[in-house]
Amino acid sequence: MTSLEDKFEETKRLGLQIVRESEDERLMTLSVGPQHPGSGHFRFTIKLDGDYIVYCDPDPGYVHRGEEKMCEYRNFIQNIPHLERPVIHDSTNITYAYSLAVEELVGIEVPRRGQFIRAIASELNRQVYTLYWLAIYGIFLGHSTMFMWPTGDRELFIDLLEALTGARVTHAYNIPGGVRNDMPEGFRDRCLRQVHYFEKRLKEYEDIFYNNPLFRQRTEQVGVLTKDDAAKLGVTGSVVRASGIPYDIRKAEPYDIYNEIDFKVQYMKTGDSFARSYTPFLDMRESCHIIEQLLDKMPQSGEVRAKLQPNPKGPPGEAYRRVESGRGALGFHIISDGTPKPYRVKISVGSFRNILALPYLLVGQRLADMPAIYWSLNYWPVEADR
Amino acid sequence: MSGENKEQPKKPAATPPKPTAAKPPVPAKPPAPAAATAPQKKEPEPPAFEKGIADQIKKRFGEAVKVVFIRPLRIKLMVEPRDIVEVATFLRDTMGLDHAESAGGTDYPKDNQIEMSYHLGSYGREDLASHVLSLSTRTARDDARLPTLINVYKSVEYHERETFEMLGIYFEGHPRNDRFLLPEDWADIPPLRKDFRIKGR
Repeated sequence: MTSLEDKFEETKRLGLQIVRESEDERLMTLSVGPQHPGSGHFRFTIKLDGDYIVYCDPDPGYVHRGEEKMCEYRNFIQNIPHLERPVIHDSTNITYAYSLAVEELVGIEVPRRGQFIRAIASELNRQVYTLYWLAIYGIFLGHSTMFMWPTGDRELFIDLLEALTGARVTHAYNIPGGVRNDMPEGFRDRCLRQVHYFEKRLKEYEDIFYNNPLFRQRTEQVGVLTKDDAAKLGVTGSVVRASGIPYDIRKAEPYDIYNEIDFKVQYMKTGDSFARSYTPFLDMRESCHIIEQLLDKMPQSGEVRAKLQPNPKGPPGEAYRRVESGRGALGFHIISDGTPKPYRVKISVGSFRNILALPYLLVGQRLADMPAIYWSLNYWPVEADR
Repeated sequence: MSGENKEQPKKPAATPPKPTAAKPPVPAKPPAPAAATAPQKKEPEPPAFEKGIADQIKKRFGEAVKVVFIRPLRIKLMVEPRDIVEVATFLRDTMGLDHAESAGGTDYPKDNQIEMSYHLGSYGREDLASHVLSLSTRTARDDARLPTLINVYKSVEYHERETFEMLGIYFEGHPRNDRFLLPEDWADIPPLRKDFRIKGR
């Protein structure tokens, strides 16, 4: 039988980061991340009393790249490729909000076909993001199948986006004035076929993962965020919808052609980790219907982008535009002083808003519930850091 | 990415700047907003609903609140720093704007001021769901201090903390004006100030 001291020596030797508080032996400070396989580029310090979390302090910034400052040095077009870096899995949506804001400032109208293609690309991209998120959630909770399946099915959407945009992950597809290029031949049929296949797959996801009693036990009634607190903390996206607030920017403030699309905002009322992990799944299902409608309703020919002057600029002013990204509302506040370069760009991202709920939810929970709560917040560290 | 600026060695103080004797930290009267935010002359007729909202706020606060612009779904208000907590409380309790979507500052070296904007939204009121109200205020650049809104809007906690390190605005009453996204050993001026230059640019 080894003593407690030996155990600590052993963990030290293994390089595990366990620090024991010397003044109070009850509490143990534990640093989760940034090398933790599930945490992403993000660290949070927690203090444990037994296996209960009594304190949590998020510490983002490991991948802060100063996107907002970089924007001030480049013109409105040059800004597109670097702006999608904060969340490469959802790069179409982050440039979507940016393009909307620039269009408002410069005063350009997107052709109708361009609006449809934009929406299709961003819906496909949201699927890519959500599947990636789901894969990590699965492996985080020790469900390897849920890592393999979404990773595999994600390829379908990546292939579609590759056919559409020419790039697999960072598309730089949305630009102020429309999209970069038109759809390739036969895209519609291929897209419909794969979306139909994916809808069938979603049923299997539900059977193997969401209806799995082990998964349910680990997530139901764990980390409950009430409706009032969700509004107070200002969380967004699937987190706020899981707490019973049916808020979706596509419905609340329909941009481009979303007011012509018939869809329901998916939400749940329990506000626990299960609801937060199930809402994105419902969103994926709804998104399939949206893609089908978009493909149906889109004009068969026409321009996809409005002509821009070489160095687009508008009158001095400001614009705040939002879209619904994979992680919730994504807003761009752009201030222009009349030159081709933005005077100030502020990016309001869903991840940065959702992280505020982390200390609130973790304190009082068991350490074993930490992964289920943390990743259910739909948090993408790189995006939060910008 | 790093920058140097030797002319202005002022660092973002981790401690509150010394209060100037017998004078509140609020600048007496900010000059007219910079061209970047000035209402444009060819602004079309403001939409009725948004105008109603703005009028309701104007009615309560009168001259203390300046409406910068009213556009479809967007309203921007400008207030004095000393009024901001009161106005924000009114917006939350009476107007139903229950959360802040975003908060960030902009540096205007020409006016020697920094503008802080809170973008407020509503989850509770359905007719306000698509609206964003921007509550802005300005503070002097040399002694950038503002009262925190954390007691009114819990959701601004991290946004204000980020603004503290990025623009050097000290939020009075905020529990943690300290490093958040920047490296712990950051020893330059706040990077989003205009006199911070990216090296080589």
